[in-house]
Amino acid sequence: MAIKLPIYMDYHATTPVDRRVIDEMLPFFTDVFGNAASRNHAFGWRAEEAVEHARERVAALVGAESPKEIVFTSGATESNNLAIKGAADFYRDKGNHIITTVIEHKAVLDTCKRLEKEGFQVTYLPVDAHGRVSAEAVEQAITDRTILVSVMLANNEVGTVQPIEEIGKITRARGVLFHSDGVQAVGKIPFDVVKASVDLLSITAHKMYGPKGVGALYVRRSRPRVRLVAQMDGGGHERGNRSGTLNVPGIVGLGKAAEIMRQEGLAEGERLLALRERLWKKLNAAIDDIHLNGHPEHRLPGNLNVAFAYVEGEAMMMAIKDVAVSSGSACTSASLEPSYVLRSMGVGEEMAHSSIRFGLGRFTTEEEVDFVADLVIEKVNKLRAMSPLYEMVKEGIDLKTIEWAAH
Amino acid sequence: MAYSDKVIEHYENPRNVGTLDKNDDAVGTGLVGAPACGDVMRLQIKVSDEGVIEDAKFKTFGCGSAIASSSLATEWLKGKNIDEAETIKNSMIAEELNLPPVKIHCSVLAEDAIKSAIADYRRKRAEKKALQGG
Repeated sequence: MAIKLPIYMDYHATTPVDRRVIDEMLPFFTDVFGNAASRNHAFGWRAEEAVEHARERVAALVGAESPKEIVFTSGATESNNLAIKGAADFYRDKGNHIITTVIEHKAVLDTCKRLEKEGFQVTYLPVDAHGRVSAEAVEQAITDRTILVSVMLANNEVGTVQPIEEIGKITRARGVLFHSDGVQAVGKIPFDVVKASVDLLSITAHKMYGPKGVGALYVRRSRPRVRLVAQMDGGGHERGNRSGTLNVPGIVGLGKAAEIMRQEGLAEGERLLALRERLWKKLNAAIDDIHLNGHPEHRLPGNLNVAFAYVEGEAMMMAIKDVAVSSGSACTSASLEPSYVLRSMGVGEEMAHSSIRFGLGRFTTEEEVDFVADLVIEKVNKLRAMSPLYEMVKEGIDLKTIEWAAH
Repeated sequence: MAYSDKVIEHYENPRNVGTLDKNDDAVGTGLVGAPACGDVMRLQIKVSDEGVIEDAKFKTFGCGSAIASSSLATEWLKGKNIDEAETIKNSMIAEELNLPPVKIHCSVLAEDAIKSAIADYRRKRAEKKALQGG
């Protein structure tokens, strides 16, 4: 069968909506269009019923003890903001210290920076060469002023899975709330909020084959009961945690996507792991000076992040333009700084510029993996034939001995 | 980011990729940029006794715009005498390739590479003259 181009290998950025999800959503745009907050007629009741069904499905996916612990939001950015700012506002009399990591998503990092301006102290924990934070470092950073620890379940760039259960044991023992940004990992790796002692968990639909613009925040209701200050004023929806008319079709989609993930996610993960290993083995066998970014084992099944030395990432993406991937080089951004995640793992700037992230997902096929592997091998060779660095290295010149003019 | 058709054309069919003998007296080599910044250009010119650039070659580690800028530079250099070649400005390269503002530094690097190659050639010639004179 001929390969259909372009090929999508950027599942960390977003995912297509599963047909089964769309089918459940569609009636809620037309026939069942009621406002879930309309308590006095059948249109409202049916919408509310659908929302509550979705809430149960999301609760089941994350392992919540009650559907009441699920607050629907517009997506993970809002969930992260609500979790961190909401907890900081509520518990500010108890303390003003927050602990997070340097590799969090901007929705967490910039939220923490905002809180710093308001007088909170934030500790940004470093990660090791594989992109992992240590539970001991979390423990050592906790003071009697610490109210919240926020560590992502898995990183979006390098796929490194964090030691969430170990951290959860520590935060629980020390009486500190624990938030995790679970966007990339929930449903894809074994995880539940009870086992991991997570008190707040952010998820979004569009990273798990649901629609964009809808997400959820898990907010623990017992042992401990977590309280948040709402960040938007309005009608007091979602038990006062998040005002705004509920996005019923979106929430129905999130519910269905969560249901599919709960049933199929782990088996899908095994399939993706095999495909990812296939891609890595092919590339590694054919290309010299290639490096795996991230952890070899504690890693999202669909993530492969590779540095092709002496080849610049953006040129690489242009060379494989029929394949949608993402680069650690940020040459297109105004800052021209390469990925802060790779840099904080100690990956050199030149290697960060040479890094490509392949994100495999539900609709990735073995044929696509083989096609991409062959194409990447061909283009790396082509670009290296054009690379003065590769030529110099082959001549035996140590690039570190050259006085480069930074520009 | 969307690239201009001219950038894509040069990127897909780069002119004058290769290496000239840097030990040849007639060859000037410019190596500019830094790996840490994500672009390194090496541009070489071979100059006749009459001061005309007979050949130009490049190799570039960098994004599509950097590769296109250096490819275009070698195309423009060939056949020019070195005084003319010195008048090539980054703005001319940026305009020809329709580079967006975030990619202007690629054309700046190409101008630097041209200047550096010419300076290297002149230095070699001066040394040779000095040797012959002595």
